[in-house]
Amino acid sequence: MPVTVNVTSVIQQAVNGQREFKADGGTIRELIDNIDRDYPGFAGRITDDKGEMLRFVNVYLNDEDVRYLGGKDTAIKDGDVISFLPALAGGN
Amino acid sequence: MVEQPKTNSAALSPEEVMRYSRHIIMGQVGPQGQRKLRAAKVLVIGAGGLGGPVALYLALAGVGKIGICEFDSVDLSNLQRQILHQTADIGRPKLVSATEKIKAHNPHVEVVGHPMPITSDNAMEMIADYDIVVNGADNFATRYLVNDATYLSGKTLVDGAILLFDGQATVYKPGSGCYRCLYPDPPPPGLVPSCAEAGVLGAITGLVGSIQATEVFKQILGIGNPLVNRLLLIDALTMEFRTMKVRRDPSCPLCGDNPTVKELIDYDAFCGSPPLMMPDGTLAAAAH
Ligand SMILES: [Zn+2]
Repeated sequence: MPVTVNVTSVIQQAVNGQREFKADGGTIRELIDNIDRDYPGFAGRITDDKGEMLRFVNVYLNDEDVRYLGGKDTAIKDGDVISFLPALAGGN
Repeated sequence: MVEQPKTNSAALSPEEVMRYSRHIIMGQVGPQGQRKLRAAKVLVIGAGGLGGPVALYLALAGVGKIGICEFDSVDLSNLQRQILHQTADIGRPKLVSATEKIKAHNPHVEVVGHPMPITSDNAMEMIADYDIVVNGADNFATRYLVNDATYLSGKTLVDGAILLFDGQATVYKPGSGCYRCLYPDPPPPGLVPSCAEAGVLGAITGLVGSIQATEVFKQILGIGNPLVNRLLLIDALTMEFRTMKVRRDPSCPLCGDNPTVKELIDYDAFCGSPPLMMPDGTLAAAAH
């Protein structure tokens, strides 16, 4: 099921510079795995070596942080927008 | 708002009525709102990319007391985006440069300089004098420090961040979630680049800084729907603005149900960043 994936600048580097693209998956976990198959190294930007989601990268299903849904097991469906948003610290 | 009867109750002078007329004429502001702005005390962390436009717009609007925490000097590479500093200011303390420009724009506002890094040792005392804090910090250690200090002081934090073509802004009111709720841990050093390492679009500092200044006005005037529990994301390349939900995390170590962070900690250790070397060779106690 195709969903729209949004990434911001830092993670963008892991997907050939794209900011928005389509990908498939029934859950956040499947989506990350599928993107990582197309862009090896992507999963490493989102999860640690144990597969846990990094605490400085937020994943949103539409406008909701998936930590408050089902984490990596959160179900996603056709037409959803999934955003991967790392913390930014710039201000100067 | 903290009551400041002396300042607040004094009538606006004819010069003030004229200077601020485009604000006063709006029903949401009026003379009453302008007096609230004049009585307001706002601390801006940093006088660079974000802090510059924030402090400038606060001053133009007549915010009575503007604190600026900044210890750096103006560098040539700042001038692509930092609107308070000019070519002739290179090498001068940013605080001096910023204060001059602000006073030139509006001599009626008080600018209070804090010419040191905000640290775990001085943050609570520094923040105590203000109603609202605006974050223009450029590193994670300072962001967690300012978050914790504002929460522990019961003050509202108007937050903003920039990198490359991206901007973020949100407002944290104590009890409605905090930066630790949004990002529980900082990234390991080096994983998320700084603006110096990766670059930043100059004009996005104005976009995000202007939004932060707008949120400060709304807080002071008590109008509109604040950017609380919402994270505004700005993508300058697509010029799309999106908002994500921000929730108070019951397991947050600072503002959750069973807090473990009850005083300021060592934020360099927390963020894995090296302590900052001061010009006199001493090390700053915490964040820079
Ligand atoms: Zn929190």
